[in-house]
Amino acid sequence: MIGVTTGSTGVVVLVGAVFLACAVEMVEALTIVLAVGHTRGWRSAFEGTGVALVTLAALVAVFGPALVHVPLSALRLVVGGVLLIFGMQWLRKAILRSSGLKAMHDEDEIYRAKVAELEAAGASQRDRIAFVMAFKGVFLEGLEVVITVLTLGTSAHRLGLAATVAAIAVVLVGVVGVVVAKQLSNVPENAMKMGVGVLLVSYGTFWTGEGLKVRWPGNDVMLVGFAALYLVVTWALVVYLRHERRATREVAA
Amino acid sequence: MKPGERSPLAWRLIKGFGMFWWDFLIGDTPELFVAAIVIIGVVSLLSRVAHLNAVAVIALPLLAIVALALSIRRAVRGEKRRP
Repeated sequence: MIGVTTGSTGVVVLVGAVFLACAVEMVEALTIVLAVGHTRGWRSAFEGTGVALVTLAALVAVFGPALVHVPLSALRLVVGGVLLIFGMQWLRKAILRSSGLKAMHDEDEIYRAKVAELEAAGASQRDRIAFVMAFKGVFLEGLEVVITVLTLGTSAHRLGLAATVAAIAVVLVGVVGVVVAKQLSNVPENAMKMGVGVLLVSYGTFWTGEGLKVRWPGNDVMLVGFAALYLVVTWALVVYLRHERRATREVAA
Repeated sequence: MKPGERSPLAWRLIKGFGMFWWDFLIGDTPELFVAAIVIIGVVSLLSRVAHLNAVAVIALPLLAIVALALSIRRAVRGEKRRP
């Protein structure tokens, strides 16, 4: 029902979606910051990261309270639509990677590429380049975290909870990332991305329906049903694509 | 504007903001953006105009699955066409 605060089932799904989404984005941002810090020195890396975090916090402070005043059904329709698109994009990418049709997101390779890019740049521009690269990495990945937190949090009327979970995910991944340093490639990023994709599409489906005044049977219990449905579909698509790829290779051989 | 001259900061910020949303929502999968619009339109008709709630309940996730499958098929075909 529109206007009813999301119940305990919705809260569990909300926490899972926000945590996984933030953890994945944090791994990507951390890879860039570590590459900048190791190559150019930590001062510019931290400055770029700090300015990006302040900018992101300002965005949350400005848009967070403003979103609360938007009528809930309109907000849920827009948020639902955005989450549907975003979730399907993540799921598509994760399915293609799992089935071997797209190269895996390799943090080690990205780290090496960033280091090479930074080393190739002239020494006179050193600090500026390091600052800009750290800023861009944290800001762009962080912007996706902000959008996820704001959209999921405000639509469920649990912005505080979503922000807290996001902060925990960011700190946790940050601490673990710094400890393991260059072993970020060991993080099962594609599996996490697949999980986030399933949850985002589930939320997108649920809120698009709520915004369009669809009455879901069982209210927010349907979120779990959607997650299960999309998980099965994802698994089936991966199995089918792997089988098709194997068959194509055999014919070619 | 003279060659080599940088555009004003406000314009660059607006352009950057627009580019971010373009990449975020459309990027290399415009079909998913179109699919979301179609899904909203179809479910809106079913729910608000025809008052067919049960059909809307089934149609929304079903259309999302069809959109995802078609987008993946497009990616696979694109991959096969590569030399």
